[in-house]
Amino acid sequence: MTAASGKLIKGATGDWEIVIGMEVHAQVTSKSKLFSGASTAFGGEPNSHVSLVDAAMPGMLPVINEECVKQAVRTGLGLNAKINLRSVFDRKNYFYPDLPQGYQISQYKSPIVGEGEVTVELDGGKTATIGIERLHLEQDAGKSLHDQSPSLSYVDLNRSGVALMEIVSKPDIRDAEQAKAYVTKLRSILRYLGTCDGDMEKGNLRADVNVSVRKVGGPLGTRCEIKNMNSINFIGQAIEYEARRQVEILEDGGAIEQETRLFDPNKGETRSMRTKEEAHDYRYFPDPDLLPLEFSQAFVDELKAKLPELPDQKKARFIADLGLSPYDAGVLVAERESADFYEAVLAKLADAKRDGKVAANWVINELFGRLNKEGKDIASSPVSAAQLAAIIDLIGEGTISGKIAKDLFEIVWLEGGDPKRLVEERGMKQVTDVGAIERVVDGIIAANPDKVEQARAKPAAIQWFVGQVMKSTGGKADPKAVNALLKEKLGV
Amino acid sequence: MTALTSLTLAEAREGLAKKSFTSLELTDAHLKAMEEARALNAFVLETPDQARAMAREADSRIIKGDGGPLAGIPLGIKDLFATKGVRTTACSKILGDFVPTYESTVTAQLWRDGAVMLGKLNNDEFAMGSSNETSCFGPVANPWRREGSTTTLVPGGSSGGSASAVAALLCMGATATDTGGSIRQPAAFTATVGIKPTYGRCSRWGIVAFASSLDQAGPIARSVRDAALLLRSMAGHDPKDTTSVDAPVPDYEAAVGRSVKGMKIGIPKEYRLDGMPAEIEKLWSEGAAWLKAAGAELVEVSLPHTKYALPAYYIVAPAEASSNLARYDGVRYGLRVPGGSISDMYENTRAAGFGAEVRRRVMIGTYVLSAGYYDAYYLRAQKVRTLIKKDFEELFAKGINAILTPATPSAAFGLGEKGGGDPVEMYLNDIFTVTVNMAGLPGIAVPAGKDAQGLPLALQLIGKPFDEETLFSLGEVIEQAAGRFTPERWW
Repeated sequence: MTAASGKLIKGATGDWEIVIGMEVHAQVTSKSKLFSGASTAFGGEPNSHVSLVDAAMPGMLPVINEECVKQAVRTGLGLNAKINLRSVFDRKNYFYPDLPQGYQISQYKSPIVGEGEVTVELDGGKTATIGIERLHLEQDAGKSLHDQSPSLSYVDLNRSGVALMEIVSKPDIRDAEQAKAYVTKLRSILRYLGTCDGDMEKGNLRADVNVSVRKVGGPLGTRCEIKNMNSINFIGQAIEYEARRQVEILEDGGAIEQETRLFDPNKGETRSMRTKEEAHDYRYFPDPDLLPLEFSQAFVDELKAKLPELPDQKKARFIADLGLSPYDAGVLVAERESADFYEAVLAKLADAKRDGKVAANWVINELFGRLNKEGKDIASSPVSAAQLAAIIDLIGEGTISGKIAKDLFEIVWLEGGDPKRLVEERGMKQVTDVGAIERVVDGIIAANPDKVEQARAKPAAIQWFVGQVMKSTGGKADPKAVNALLKEKLGV
Repeated sequence: MTALTSLTLAEAREGLAKKSFTSLELTDAHLKAMEEARALNAFVLETPDQARAMAREADSRIIKGDGGPLAGIPLGIKDLFATKGVRTTACSKILGDFVPTYESTVTAQLWRDGAVMLGKLNNDEFAMGSSNETSCFGPVANPWRREGSTTTLVPGGSSGGSASAVAALLCMGATATDTGGSIRQPAAFTATVGIKPTYGRCSRWGIVAFASSLDQAGPIARSVRDAALLLRSMAGHDPKDTTSVDAPVPDYEAAVGRSVKGMKIGIPKEYRLDGMPAEIEKLWSEGAAWLKAAGAELVEVSLPHTKYALPAYYIVAPAEASSNLARYDGVRYGLRVPGGSISDMYENTRAAGFGAEVRRRVMIGTYVLSAGYYDAYYLRAQKVRTLIKKDFEELFAKGINAILTPATPSAAFGLGEKGGGDPVEMYLNDIFTVTVNMAGLPGIAVPAGKDAQGLPLALQLIGKPFDEETLFSLGEVIEQAAGRFTPERWW
């Protein structure tokens, strides 16, 4: 598989290609930790969700949490990856106060999930396929608090032992846009699967980004790792900065030193954190407290059978069954909540097959547009799926016009209420009585002989008459009937 | 009351059931013996109040007739076992006055069955040692002395306190742990019976870890029957230890006295070391003759990878230990020696908290796991381990029921006599026992005779995985033939 080409950096000596690989750490959605029964709830009092195992008391032993294993397998399946029926937990040894055991239990040589791939959407309807190298389970560390005392640091072990999935991509990513699209897509898949909530602000999804540059088609360059990125936008900024920094060094005749760097969002730059010489020797070895993790293909098959529909499948279905454009379908499936809302609208529609496309336009343009403008998310939308479906039904059955529907949407947004009843109560029903419309049409034609001439010469001018009719009927005239009558009367 | 302390556990059980005496009387007799034997330094913590309370509780249960298999039996607990509310230190300064809020699974099962805790027993620091000289509480004296000598001898290690206390009649039995011979070697040095069961037979939960893939709990007792009784209560599956095995625990006592007729016993030629003392050689032949007389068939066998066991063990065990002991960092419990930075605090704490032997093993372990050395040392040692296991599997597949070897290459030695300059001199003590841990098999040490200076010597029987019963049957044959040995009291 060859990587999609990306945006090149124009240098003084020629074009440079960026090569990016990512390690995404995703907190597994589960009630309890990877190897202990302690709660994983966020925001408890410091050290309130800590078991004897999490605090590494003498003689304590880890016991694998089956739900975390299932979540990792589900994720592997969602990434079209190979599930390893046998995997091994290793100890990654290093000292840090928020690492009570003095080692992190992780998977080194034999991860639970092997190679897979993710298709990401790029601007202009293009896609790129990013290879997944592996996914493994590991423990999170606790949190050091340095701001509680001038001379001491404090440790909160609530997070200690929480399950993480480390998802390692192949170095298939070629620019910042692809990198952002990859994390966006990965996050979307995890959220669809319900295996990680994807909350980057809380650090529940974070990425280490490996960046190197090379002359197009040349050998791989030395990489730098930018640690702990918890915003998709920052990932993009960090890559742009880091790639340019490396190109500058290389073009000045320098060499890239392999190192770990941190991104400073205030200055928009990356800074060295530690060099290769300072890197830890983690002394990995199989954890003798845990037997190899083994399960059957039947266990995997059962999880596979119950997997929810994923964004790619949903998108394909929206296009095939409802005739949505790939762009619209892509927008709707990007977030699980949006897709859920759209499908809830579809479920309430009188004729989803007929109005599915109209509904997509309404969700994307009217609803999302309005939500964005007001800084709200879909969960707090004042217009429910049922209300929106009712508005679309009213259009579909010809009770109101699209224009009136927008007014109605506004009323429902601001005041709430049943759209059907609102249309009745406020007299918003479309005038379909041809006789009534004809009287209005006749009146306007009679009063505007000059416009009649123009329209006969240039049929496009008929739109002026449509506008006038709609104006004098308060927008309630059925536009189809108005058009037909005008064409007939004006003879165009 | 001295008579009460000289009973075996099985005899005491009978006496309690017949109400010839109470658990409180039995317990008080042992508490008094402990007080009088403080010169042995076997106990690092005496818990007389708790002992008496547990004895009273046992007595009331015995009266009601729901006493449990060990009702009222006073025991000593190696300080490696976490005991709820009772200081647990692994005999290391680094744990300081650590008091667990939890009880190890093994001891919890003993209390469930009615046993009484007398106190915590001395051991080598973190169970690292073969003479009990590395304990932060100081060495333990062996109740045995060379004939006509007042030289203090070591009781072996790491379960030196357990062996010394059982041999000196301070407790009716003791818990112990065995990573490379820490139950069997001290049992051999003190004429007590010690069994290391199959890896996975007893839960490791709540036992301070030394080398997780080798550590296993077991009893040290006054007789083979007593060891069988204790193991039955200690063994069993524990969901909190995923390496413990979910298999029913047999009635081990029923195997004591069972016929060994027709059993095939292997005599491994690789255990016949150059320069092996003649009296060890003689003891071994005698043991073989006793088993033969009881109807067993003796077969010369080969365990070709035996010579690699000790070097491989001294890679695997320190490697795991270096990681297991990383948690003693001064951050959450135990000793903390402050420093200007976090690294200083770690270094100060660990330098002050760990003794020399523990530091040595942490350094060896760290080295063998380091980048560039892992394959040459740790990985290769694990391959050796697989070969050692295969050696045994092949013998068992050929119908061998158990293997008979000496337990130790010598009798107990004097305090400070070994390992002062060369630690390997001390490590060689485990030459006959480490293979058993490397293969995860059960092994029992049974007293079988004395050397020329009147010191006890023992034989080791190695069994198939989860076939401790055969070891108890064979052990009983040796015990019946050799008799039981009690040291003359000098303390």
